[in-house]
Amino acid sequence: MSMNSQGRPTAPAAESRTVSSGPAALLPAEPLLFEIGDRDHSGVDLPDVEVDDSRLGGLRRKAPLDLPGLTEPEALRHYVRLSRRNYSIDSGMYPLGSCTMKHNPRLNEKMARLPGFADVHPLQPVSTVQGALGIMEQLSHWLMELTNTAAVALSPKAGAHGELCGMMAIKAAHEAKGQGHRKIVLVPESAHGTNPATAAFLGYSVKSIDANENGTVDVEAVVAALSDDVAAIMLTNPNTCGLFESQIIEIAKAVHDAGAYFYCDGANFNAIMGVVRPGDLGIDAMHINLHKTFSTPHGGGGPGSGPVVLSEALAPYAPVPFIRKNGENIGLVEHAEDGSFGRLTAFHGQMGMYVRALTYMLSHGADGLAQAARDAVLNANYIKARLDDLFSAPFDGQPVMHEVLFDDSFLKGTDVSTLDFAKAMIDEGFHPMTMYFPLVVHGAMLIEPTESESLQTLDVFIETMRDLAHDAKAGNVGRFTQAPMRAPLRRLDETRAARQPKLKWSQEDQRAKAAE
Amino acid sequence: MRYLPHSAADREHMLATIGAASIDELFSTVPKSVLGTFSPDLPDHQPEFAVEAHMRALAGKNHAAGDGPFFVGAGAYRHHVPATVDHLIQRSEWLTAYTPYQPEISQGTLQMLFEFQTQVANLTGMDVANASMYDGSTATAEAVLMARRITKRNKVFLSGGLHPQYRDTVVTYLSGEEGLECLSPSPEGQGDIVDHIDDQTAAIVIQTPDFYGHLRNVSALAEAAHAKGALLIVVVTEIVSLGLLEAPGALGADIVVAEGQSIGNPLTFGGPYVGLLACRDKFVRQMPGRLCGETVDADGQRGFVLTLSTREQHIRREKATSNICTNSGLCALAFTIHLSLLGEKGLTRLAKLNHARAVALADALEGAGLEVLNNSFFNEMTVRLPSPATPIVEALAQKGILAGLPVSRLEPGKPEVENLLVLAATELTTDADIAAFVDSLKGELA
Repeated sequence: MSMNSQGRPTAPAAESRTVSSGPAALLPAEPLLFEIGDRDHSGVDLPDVEVDDSRLGGLRRKAPLDLPGLTEPEALRHYVRLSRRNYSIDSGMYPLGSCTMKHNPRLNEKMARLPGFADVHPLQPVSTVQGALGIMEQLSHWLMELTNTAAVALSPKAGAHGELCGMMAIKAAHEAKGQGHRKIVLVPESAHGTNPATAAFLGYSVKSIDANENGTVDVEAVVAALSDDVAAIMLTNPNTCGLFESQIIEIAKAVHDAGAYFYCDGANFNAIMGVVRPGDLGIDAMHINLHKTFSTPHGGGGPGSGPVVLSEALAPYAPVPFIRKNGENIGLVEHAEDGSFGRLTAFHGQMGMYVRALTYMLSHGADGLAQAARDAVLNANYIKARLDDLFSAPFDGQPVMHEVLFDDSFLKGTDVSTLDFAKAMIDEGFHPMTMYFPLVVHGAMLIEPTESESLQTLDVFIETMRDLAHDAKAGNVGRFTQAPMRAPLRRLDETRAARQPKLKWSQEDQRAKAAE
Repeated sequence: MRYLPHSAADREHMLATIGAASIDELFSTVPKSVLGTFSPDLPDHQPEFAVEAHMRALAGKNHAAGDGPFFVGAGAYRHHVPATVDHLIQRSEWLTAYTPYQPEISQGTLQMLFEFQTQVANLTGMDVANASMYDGSTATAEAVLMARRITKRNKVFLSGGLHPQYRDTVVTYLSGEEGLECLSPSPEGQGDIVDHIDDQTAAIVIQTPDFYGHLRNVSALAEAAHAKGALLIVVVTEIVSLGLLEAPGALGADIVVAEGQSIGNPLTFGGPYVGLLACRDKFVRQMPGRLCGETVDADGQRGFVLTLSTREQHIRREKATSNICTNSGLCALAFTIHLSLLGEKGLTRLAKLNHARAVALADALEGAGLEVLNNSFFNEMTVRLPSPATPIVEALAQKGILAGLPVSRLEPGKPEVENLLVLAATELTTDADIAAFVDSLKGELA
C-alpha cells in the first residue's frame, strides 16, 4: 500500500473498492425526513385552540398537509447526522477559486444575534431603528473609503443582484442623457456567467472580448470593440485568471471617452482590499460580495449580500432605499426620487449580513484588511511557486493575485482529467479547487487559498497536490478515475438526475421502490 | 491580528520560496500610481471585546420587537423560533460550507435542499419547488419573468392587494418592458383583476392573505386566467397561513411564490430571508434558481445533486433563465429544520393560534369602536383610523408600543390610505399586549 507524505494510504486496499465508501461508523447514511418523520410527531408544544370559520372566507384547508414532524431529539439527530456529510471551511482547506472561502469569525455570528439587530422589524418607525441605520451608515463609510467611490447601494441581496443593480444604474444614466440607443455590453470571455446573464436580463446584447496571451485584456482590444452603441464594459479585476488587469486605467479612460460606463465585478476584491481602491482605477460601479470578501458565512449557498459602490456619475441613479443623515438623526429614503432607478427588493437588504461584515471590518481595521489581502496574495503565489514545476500555469512569468490558475496540459497523456484530479483531492481530505472555470483555458483548475490558511496547512496541501501529480504522471490512473473512494458517497450520476428529474420525495415513489 | 495565521518568519520563508523580496513585489502588475497611495479614514484592528462593545452600543439604539407590545407585519412576521433551529444552523458543517458543487462531500446540504423542496411543494400544493430565492419580493419578480417566458406574452397585471414593495420590485425588474399594469391599492379587499384578463395576458399576480390582510379566493381567478391561456401567480407573504388555509395549488395556481421568513428566520430588519418558488411540473425547465434532484452514486447508493443546470447562468451565460447564482441556503435550512419540528400537527396548531390571536385583536379594536376593514383575515388586518395613522404610530412608539404599519409609509401621496393602519398578531401577541395597545390608541384618538 502506498503512503502519502502524512503517512496516510493514498489508495484503499483493492477489496474495499467494491464496498460503499467512507468511515461508515461515524457517517451513517441518513434517511430522508419523510422516511423517519410522522404526522403525529412534533418538536414544538403549542396549545390546540379551536377557531371557527367565520373570518376565514370559506378558505379553511380541507386536505391534510403531508408534512411529517420530528420531536426535538429526532430533529437534532437527523440534522446533525446530515451535517456530518458536508465538507466545510472549519473542517479543512476549501480552495474554491473565485469563492473566497475564508475563516468566518464567530463574533460576527454572536453580534448578528443581538436582539437589537435580530429582533427588529424593517417597517418599525425610523425613530426606533437608529442603531440599525447606524450599521448601514458605518458599513457604507467603510465600503466607500475602501473603494474611493461616491455612493453605495446596500440593498442587493447577492453578487448577481448587485450586478443587476449596477447595470440598471448604468442603463438609467444613459437614458437620462438621451443615450438609450446604446445596446451593447462588452464582456471578456473569462467573466463569471452572471455577467453576460445580467447584461442579457436588461436587454443588452453581449459582445465578447478576447484576452491577450498573458490572460489580461488589452486596451487596444477594448478600443476596437467600443462604439457609439456600447453602453458599458463588465470587467472583473483582479480577473478570473487570478491576474490584475494592468491596463485597467487606460481601459477605463477609453470606455469613458466613448461615452460608456465601467462595471467592475468585485468578486475578487479580497486580493486588493485596503491596498488598491477601485475608484482610483476609474470604475463606475462595482458589487462587493460581503459573503466572500467580508466573511459573512457562505451557509451552504447563501444568503449572500452584494452592495454596489457607485461613482459620482452613477450615484444619482442609485436604487431605494438609502440612508440620509440629518444632524444626529439618520433618515431612510424609501421612495424613488428624481433619477433613482427604483427598488430591487422589499425592505432594506441583508441587514444580518451588514452586521457581520461591519463586525469583521472593525475587528480587522484598515491595517488588518490590507494585511489580509497581502497574505491572500502571498499564499497564492507560494502555492504557485511550489507547484509550478509539476503543474502547468497558462499565463506564467508574472505574479498572481489571490488565486492561481492551472490548466490540464500537465495531465496530457495520463488518462486523468481535471475532474478526476479534483475527485482524488477529496480522498486526501481537501475540497477541490474550482474546475473548468474560467472557460479561457482547457481543464481549468483555479486555486484560491485565502489568507486564512497557515503555512503548515499550505505545505500539506502542496505536498498532497505534488503527490497526486506524480501519481497521475506515473500512470496510477485508478486513484483518480475511481475517486472519491473515502467520501460519504462515490461519484454521482448527474446525467440520470437530469434525464429523469426527481425533485421531491413522494409516497408513490417510495411504494414503487418497496415493491421492486 | 487574530484571524491571520502567518508570523513574520512565515512570511519571510514564503517570500524566499517565491523569490520575491517583499509582498509589495507581488503587486508589481498594479499601476504604481494607485498602489498604497492613500490612507483611509478608518480605524486599525481592535480586540474582540472592543468590537463587541461598539456593536452592542448600536444594537442598544434599536427598539427590539420583544421590548414591548408589537403589531408590525406587512411581509415580515415576529414568530417564535425554537432554540434547536439556531443551534443547528450554527454548526460549522452547515454554516461554513458553500454551494454543493462537489456532491460527494456535500450530501448534507443537498439532502436538506431535497427536503426543503419537498416541504415547499407540499405546503403550497404544487408539483415542484426550487432550492430557494433571495426573498419573496424578488421571487415574485422572477415568477413574472418566468410566466412571460412560458406564455410568450407580455401583459401582466399586479393586484392592488400585492405588497407595495413587492409591486415596486416587479416594476423595477421590468423597467423599460411593456405590458405591466399595476392596479390601484385595494384596501377593502375588492376584486380588482378578473375583468382585465384577455388573450394577450401572460399572468396575473395576486397575494393572499393580501397586503391588507384579506383572504382572496383565487379559484375563480384561476379559471378566468386559464380560460384565456394566462397563468395565475399566487404570492404568500405569511407562510404560516398555509397551516390553516387552502393551499394555492389546490385553488388552481400555476406558480406560487412566498416569503418563508416566518418559519425559522428572525426579523433581522428585513433580511436575509428566504424566497420560495413552486410551480407545476410542466414549467420546471423555465424555473430560475438552483434545483436539487435525486440520483445514485457509482455504487448504486441514493444521493442528491444540483440538477437541470442547463437553465442556469454558469452554463447558459446570456441565455440563462435568470442571472441568479447564490440562493438563501442557510435560511432555507432554518426553514426546513423549523418546519420539521412543527410537522403538520405543529404547523396547524401554530396557524390556528395566530388566527385566534388576530381574532382577539380584531374584537378588541372593534370593541373600542374602531373600523376593521376585513371580513376575512388570517393574522393581519387593516384598521381605518379617524385621523392619519403616521403621527399616531409615532406617538405610540414613544410609549414603547409598536403599533403596526401606516399604509402611507409604503403608499405616500395617496390621501385615501392616509388613515389606514395594517396590524398583525402572532402566537407571541398576549392579551396584555392587546389591552395596552388598544388603551393607548384610544388615548391618542381621544
